[in-house]
This record gives sequence, structure tokens and C-alpha cells, in this order.
Amino acid sequence: MESTSSEGNDDYYLELSPDPVRFESISPLTNVFFDDTNKQVFAVRSEGVIGVLVKGPEHNLNFRMEDKGPIISIKFSLDMNILAIQRTNTSVEFINYSSASGLDNVEYSQTCKGKNASILGFVWTHSNEILFVTDHGVELFLVVPEKRTVKALKSLSLGVNWFVFCPQSYLVLLSSGTIGNQMQALHITPGNLHKLTKFEMEAGATKPGKLAVSERDVALAVLYGTPSIIVLRHQPGINRSLGTAQVYVYTVHKMLTIKKSHILKLDTSGRFAINVIDNLIIVHHQASETSMIFDIKLPGVSDGTVMHHTSIAAPKPIRPYSLKVPGTTLLEQLSQPCLLYSPGWVVFQPNIIIDAKLGCLWFVKLRLESLVKLIPDKVLLVEFLMQRNDSKQVLMQVVKENVTQLPSSLLYMSTIFDKLNTVYRNHLENELQSQMGTPLQIGSKGVATVSENIKYKQIIDQSDMYTYILSKFPEDTTEPKMVVWILLEYIRSLADHDIPVQHYLHELVITTLVHRKAYYQLHQLLQYHVVADSKPLACLLLSLESLYPAAHQLALDMLKRLGNAHEEIMEVLLSKGHILPALRYVRSVGIIDQVSARKFLEAAKTSNDPKLFHSVYKFFENRNLRLHNTTAFTRGEHCQTYVQHFKYLFQGTDNGCNSDTNSNVSTMSSFG
Amino acid sequence: MTSKTEITLEHFYIFNGTYAKKEGEEEKKILYYYPVSTDSETQIKNIGLGEAIIKFTHFLLIDRSFSPGQTCDYCHTHKTRQIYFEPEPDFWMVMIVGIPYLWKTKDDTEYIEYQHDEVSSSVCQAILKQTYAMFKLFMGSFNTILNDPDCGSVLLLKHKLDHFYSRYLPSLKLNNSDILDVFQGLQFLPLDKTTFLHVQCFMNLVEAMFSQVKYTAFLYNDQLVWSGLEPQDMQVVYNYLVSTLLPAHLETELHGGSMPRNSPSPFTTSHYGKFVTGPSSINEPSGIGKLPKVFINYSTTPVSLYLVVYRALSATICLFVDSKTSLLMDLFKSLDTFLGPQLTTLVSLVAEQCSKHVSFSAESCPKYLYFNKLNLAYKSTIHLDNRRCSNVLTTPEVLRIITDINNDTKKFKEAGEIVIKTMSEYWVVGKLSNLREFFVVTQQKNANLIEIDDEVRRLCDQQLKSIFFH
Repeated sequence: MESTSSEGNDDYYLELSPDPVRFESISPLTNVFFDDTNKQVFAVRSEGVIGVLVKGPEHNLNFRMEDKGPIISIKFSLDMNILAIQRTNTSVEFINYSSASGLDNVEYSQTCKGKNASILGFVWTHSNEILFVTDHGVELFLVVPEKRTVKALKSLSLGVNWFVFCPQSYLVLLSSGTIGNQMQALHITPGNLHKLTKFEMEAGATKPGKLAVSERDVALAVLYGTPSIIVLRHQPGINRSLGTAQVYVYTVHKMLTIKKSHILKLDTSGRFAINVIDNLIIVHHQASETSMIFDIKLPGVSDGTVMHHTSIAAPKPIRPYSLKVPGTTLLEQLSQPCLLYSPGWVVFQPNIIIDAKLGCLWFVKLRLESLVKLIPDKVLLVEFLMQRNDSKQVLMQVVKENVTQLPSSLLYMSTIFDKLNTVYRNHLENELQSQMGTPLQIGSKGVATVSENIKYKQIIDQSDMYTYILSKFPEDTTEPKMVVWILLEYIRSLADHDIPVQHYLHELVITTLVHRKAYYQLHQLLQYHVVADSKPLACLLLSLESLYPAAHQLALDMLKRLGNAHEEIMEVLLSKGHILPALRYVRSVGIIDQVSARKFLEAAKTSNDPKLFHSVYKFFENRNLRLHNTTAFTRGEHCQTYVQHFKYLFQGTDNGCNSDTNSNVSTMSSFG
Repeated sequence: MTSKTEITLEHFYIFNGTYAKKEGEEEKKILYYYPVSTDSETQIKNIGLGEAIIKFTHFLLIDRSFSPGQTCDYCHTHKTRQIYFEPEPDFWMVMIVGIPYLWKTKDDTEYIEYQHDEVSSSVCQAILKQTYAMFKLFMGSFNTILNDPDCGSVLLLKHKLDHFYSRYLPSLKLNNSDILDVFQGLQFLPLDKTTFLHVQCFMNLVEAMFSQVKYTAFLYNDQLVWSGLEPQDMQVVYNYLVSTLLPAHLETELHGGSMPRNSPSPFTTSHYGKFVTGPSSINEPSGIGKLPKVFINYSTTPVSLYLVVYRALSATICLFVDSKTSLLMDLFKSLDTFLGPQLTTLVSLVAEQCSKHVSFSAESCPKYLYFNKLNLAYKSTIHLDNRRCSNVLTTPEVLRIITDINNDTKKFKEAGEIVIKTMSEYWVVGKLSNLREFFVVTQQKNANLIEIDDEVRRLCDQQLKSIFFH
């Protein structure tokens, strides 16, 4: 149903959902109601009997009921077993409903308790609990559908001008006072009402008889886990100039106090509407047919108490949208462009736009790919993307693009890496904490982890960086030198955040340096222990000896630091023909009784140095004497060849004949 | 009737025998001769003698060891020590030093006793090689000068040799030279990996931001933290920085009074950065000043680059800038703006880390000297600084013994140890392992070999715990 032109090449960062919820458009016969708690549209046709069509993203049902007069409001309970209908200012009627048998034919009713009170509206709160808001206060009831009775639970008296309810936070905001700027928020919990501290909104210049704050300028939302009140404030212009509007964001702390914390500068005036998508505040401006986008988590300018923010990208219209309508033939479908920002639009929280004339309900969606091009500050962009849903691919792409824009991008890559790794570090800490199940946190754990997780949604860890970016440099465009720069910058950032660097990153550093023959740089990195010690890395270094002789020394150092690589050190020394140093080494670390005599004797034999062979042979004869009380080698040591060789070298020459296989092994040689 | 207690430079000459084809053309061989006042007849005579020794030993060595190309390194005479060095084919550098002597009396007759032991041939040879390395760094190799496309000629070479050596030779410190000249090592600053990475990343950033900068190096005080040059080149640059450029710079700074801040007005943010080579002040239109060019990378592709040295507090950074760079003043200005503040922050980070590493060694504990020929790192608690100012904590005799041990350890195959006890109760131990050398000097009365061995082992465990040294 969407237009296919210029796919992907546009810079619209908002779009309407491709499959809108369609319903019968408003007409003299049809009334349309919207319940923002269940996200259901009620299209009510009254022709003697009322036909009700209920549509939502999840529901699509219809039923008939008796016409008992015009309906003011109609809403299903949360689990859809009771339908509440308000036809008068004083009462609400209930009819039981089940998906199997449809609407019950018995109606029961509840009038509001307050004397002379008139119902402003009602909301279903928890399961079968319903809250009436009247001009004299609020009343909480429990509906028992089985008995078709209603029980009063709690009530509160307060002069109310209007109210707004947020189904996510169960917060009700009541406007009271003569000019409507006294605000009372209530937190509705199952069976109870909690008052939050009252607060006042600035009245500003108000025309007599009008409220300072009107209902349509207020939206409740949950931003980054915190319930928030978003209010449009129209500033009258000075000296007949057009005023500019601002958005105030009040945040609720611990469901107790409310404070104005952010001001969003709109820099324009006129009719606005607010949506919230993915913790971002979207402000639609009807006159210019554009929308602005704000993120209260991004840095703003503080005036000491309140942060001032500007739109994170230039205002842009919502992406053009066409509805598919039936054409002249059955099979043909026509695309009919929709009027965006139409006066018939009604905006609901968090991200719903309804065009009652067209009979469409859309969800507004973010197009991150386009937004990316509109935020020039790369650090800000990364920070922004880290807080979005489903942004990982885009985020990785952004990081990748920056990495390939070397050398100039190196200037801010360190900041970007630091941002990524701060979040990565927090994530690792949380993971560790949850693994250890620290009992201290049990009470507050749920709250703590939720808010932590909401803070940053996207974690890019070392394996992501390695797999998608660091190991994927385009060889033809990026100089190896620059690859090293980026790698070291990333490792620097990991080290600054105390995150242990994985071996594959170290390996990549080494191979890249070897590739560009920057051996001395590699040497210095190893010298300062930038590359963590491990046996595989030591082996890698050993293999580099032919290219860079010092690698051998570095490998030995690394094996020594590991502390558990005595065998390997011994083998390395033997392979170099350093037999006596190897012997001295195994003796100094106390494993002389465990090492294989055969390996030493073989190395000594290969050296073609009879004196050396003699020393080694005698050394092991002494070991035999100490361990087995005989100079002879045990069968398991497979040293027969060397016994022969010893005889050949020393006894053979002594006797003047070739060899004497029967002579005693323990005979002392003339070299003694 | 005075004694001579100092080693003196008697003659220093450079010649190329192939430049004189016929008899009577001998003067053509001479490229440089010190002392300059020597008459040409003496010059020719001495060079002839040197050439004769070289040729004679050359044939002798070919005969004896079948290793062509090997020549004599030095020649001992009664009054002098002569050092021969062929840095480039057919070019010979000869240095002749006079041996100190004492007047002694025996049986009422006075005679001169030459102190041959006080002159170490290997140290002299190291110094001769240094004089060439330094020339090559600043002037280019003999062949690059001869083959210079613009005006390369023997005359140019002679002119450059004269220009360089007439100032360089008087600054030679023959009497304060020791084993360190043989090593020509680099002192690295002990630093944790995070701080090192900060330094490394900062230097990378400088290279990334200024494409004219081809290589970089970072020093803290006199110690190296990072070198982008190959060790053979860094060795010479380091020597120049530590023994010549930086001491001179500090001197002028001391005379200049208080800490110079690079700030034109008190309202702009100030930093401590300052060019050591290049413009003395960014804000004065006094021009670029003296900017040395250096020739490096002989092992691969030789290049000539500007050596720009910038200093902030205790940190010194060297930038090797493409010599084709135009608009140098603009580059200096943007370098100063970029480096000054960032370097000032980085230095405090390094300084903070360094203060954690400082270990005070008591006066009485054994002194040591460490050298790794693979990365040219050295560390010494014998030398108080590396400026060759006789600031040593031991006797010249001990230093000479170390040099001798060093000569002997070259004969070891893989590992070994030499222990020497002097008449003055000094013990000097030299150990070689894993291509590293470690010397320990301790003065202990009535100590035995086992005690000394324990002492050395303890010191090894303490100082060399992170490397393989057995």
C-alpha cells in the first residue's frame, strides 16, 4: 500500500505503517470511538439496532446491541470480557462479553457516587477495575461480571477540569483549579489510588474563561523507563511577532514527585501534535506539514535545573503515503495519495494517528536509515543509535562507515569507541552481577535492571566489532597503517574501560603489523604488554622468527610470564640447540625429575658435540641413580639408542673397537 | 715534565684510496683531515700509513681465515690507538687517539709510562662509528651526497664533511665514554599498558591529522616511550636528542627565566607546548628558524625529512615531516594548536603513572646495567643520566671491566656468565641469556662467590621478572 517511488533514496525519517487499520469512516450514521488502552477503534452504526465494529491491530470483531440512546464513550475491559458504555453524564453501563457467545443481553450499571458530579470519562485500569473521572474527583470500582455487580473500591474528591491517562504507567493526570494549571497526578495500582505531589504549571497569559493548560496539549508517555508528562506551551509573541512554542517535559521520580526537566525548542508556532516513538518525542507541525524529533537523552544546554534541547535533525515531512483503493475492475487497484497532516487527523499516544474521515489508523514509524544521513555529528549519531530499538545493523553500518573514512575520522573514533565501550562495560557488569546473584540487590533488582537496560539498548561487543568491522577492512582502500590505528584505538578504549581484550583482537593486531612489516612497533607493543600473554600468541611469535628474529626472544618472555609453560620453554630451547640452558632451566623450576631424558639426549646427539653429549648423558645417569638407585635408564624411557651412542663415542674409542653392546651401562667413561 | 691523564684525539681522517690513480695524486684521496692545521705532506704521509696497514691486514686476514672483506679494526701502538672503519665501500675513516701517560721515576731515571689499559678499543670503535652515523643522519651517506642529482661531487662531500666535523669533533667526549657508547642503547620509560596506549594512539592521531608527518617518536624526560622509526635510525636520533639537542634547549630555557607559556594573552587557554626545532614562537613572524633535516631508512628506501621537535613539560615529541612540505609556517601553527593542549594533558597522565613506578634504590645495593640488543633497550643504575658527563656511581676501572666482559660474552653461544673480582673488592658479574646482557657491580668485603651468585640471582628475580633470563 505504500508508494514505491524513490525507495531508500529519500530523507524522510518518519513513515506511516504500511498496513493501516481500516474502518468505516465517520458519517451522520456512523460514530467512531477510539480506546487508546486497548488500541481499538469502535465504529458504531445506529439504525434502530446498533451495529458495532471493533478493529485493532489484534482484534477484528463485530456485534449488535440495542439502541438505548447516543453513546458518549465505549471501551472493552483489558481482557475483553466486559464492555463498558457511557451514555449519560452520571452512569456507565456494563455488558458481559465472550468471544465464544458474543455480547450478553443483560446490562448492569454504575452511577458515579459524587453528588451533582458529572462523568468526564472512564478508563479500565487493572483487570476488571474501572476508574471514573468526574468533575468532582475520581472513583475506582471493581466490576464482577459473574454476579453482574459493581463494587466501589476507592475515591478521591477534587475539582477536575480534564484528565489524561497513560496505560503504560497507570498514571492519571488531573487538571484542577480555576485556570486548570493545578496538576494532580495519581498512580493507580490494583485496588488503590496513590497521590503524587501536586504541582503547578506556569499559567502564562491566559484569556479569561479559558484554561491555562488544555487537555489536547498534554500527552503522557514513558520515556527511557521514566513516566513523563509532555506539555505543549504556546508562547504569545512579543510586539505582534509570531510567538514560538515550546514543549515542556515533566518527569516523574519514583512515583512520588514530578519535576520539569526538559524544554524542547520548536522555534515555530501553530498547531502541533505529539507522538512518542522509541523514547523519542515527535512533534508534528500542521502549518509547515513537517515533524520534528527530540531525544531527551542526548546532551542539551542546561540552565541549572532544566535541559534545553533542539530538534536532532532538520524538520522533515512524513514520507508520502498512498492508499490502495479498488479501481474500475475487480483486479485493478489504484494508488491514491493521502493528505498528510490533514485537519482530520487525531493523534493518540504513543504513536497512533487516526484519520476518521478516511477511516484509517496508522502507527507512526521511525526510518533510522534516513535519519542517519541527517545527523552530521557522528558521535551524537552513535549515541543516538545506541538508544534505539532494532538499530544494531544501522549502528554497525555507521561505525563501519566512519572506520573506513580514515584518517580524518580517527579524531572522533576514540570518543565513539568510548561511548560503545561504556555501555559494553555496564552490560558486562550486569551480566556478572546476575550470574553471581548478589543478594543485596534482590529488593530493587527488577527496577534497577529494567532502567539499566532501557538506558542503552544496543551493545556492540568485541566479537561484533571484530566480525563486522575490524576484520573486514577493504584492503584496497585502507592502508594497513590505518588499520593498526583503529585497532589500537579500539584496544585503548577497551583497556580504559577495564574490559579484557579477546585473543582474536590481539592476533589481528599482530598479523596486521606483520603484514605491513612493522616489527619494531609490534616489539614495542609487546614490550609494554599491550598484547596479553597466551600460549597461542607465543606460538604465533615463534613462527615469526624467520621474519623478525627478535620474535623468538619475545615468545620466550611471554612463555616465562605465563608461569605454566615450562615444557614449552624447554622445547623451544632444545629446538634451538640450547641444551645446557634448557637443562639449567628445568632444574631451576624444579621439574628435572619429570622431563624426558630422551628429548635431551636426542638434541645432544644431533648437536654432534661429544662433550655436550657426554655432559647430558652423565647428568641423566645421575638422575637415574637418584631416582632408581641405578645409573641405567628404565625401559619406559626408550633411551637404548643413546646408550649405544654413548658407548660408541666413548667406550668404543677407548677399547679401540667399534662397540661392545654387552658392556655394563654404568661403566665410567674415560672423560669422568 | 707533565703527565697526561686524558685520552686525546690526535688525528681523524677520511679518505678514499680509489681517488688517487697515479703517484703524485695522493692529495686527491683526502676527503677530510683533522687537525685542519696539519700540512698536506703530513696528511698524505699519515693517510698512506693507515692505508698500508689496512691493505696489509686485509691480505693477512684473507690468507688466514678465508673471510674476504674482513679488515683490521684497530691497531695498538705504543703511544696511540688507531681505529679503522669502512662505512661505505672504499671510504675509510681513521681515528687516532693518544694514550694517557704518567712520568715515573725508577733508579733515578725518569721515564714515561703509557696507560694502555685506560683506552678501550671497542669504546673508541663505537665512537668512530657514531661520528659516521651522526654525519649520515644530518648530511646523508657519502654516496647520497656524491650522487646528489643537483650538485653531487667530491667537492660537495668534502665541503659537507668539513662543515660537519669541524664542529662535531671538538664535542667528542672521549674521556667520558664507556660501555654505553658501545651499546648505543635506548632507555625506555617503564609504563603501564593503558598509558602507553594513550601515547601510542595520540601519536597515531597526529599522523592521521597531519599527512605531512611520516614518522613520530615520543620521549618522556630522556626516556623513550614510542618510536615509529626503525631502531637503527632511532638509536642515532635518540643519541642526538638526549646528548645534544635537549640539554641545549633546557639550558636556554633556564636562562629564559620562568616557565614559558605559549599564550599571547591571559584570556586564551594556555598550554606548555613549545617547538625545540622550528619557530621559537608561533606568534612572532620571526620565521621558521633552524629546522634540521635528517636522512633515515637506509635499510629500505632512504628519505630525507625535517626533524620537528616539540616539547611540553617533560614530554618531547619528534615529528619527521616530509621535506617537500610547503607552507611550513602554517603547518607549525596548526601543529601547535593541536599538540599544545592535548600533549599537556597527556603528559600529566604519563607523569602520574611514572610517579607510581619510581623505586628508590639505596646507595649500598648492587648496581646493574641491562642491555637487549634486539630492541636496543638499556637500563643502568650505574649511570645517573645518559648525557656522558662522568655522572657515574662507580670507578672507571669497573666500567672498563664491563666493556671487557662485553667483548668476551660475544664468544658465548647462547648463555653464560663471567665473574670478576677487582683488587678494590669490586665484584663485576656479566651474564648473557636470551640475547640480553646483564651486568652487576657490587662492592663487598670478604664476600665469596656463592654469596655474590645469590646476590645476582636475587637482583635478576627482582629486576627481570617479566622476561626469560636464566
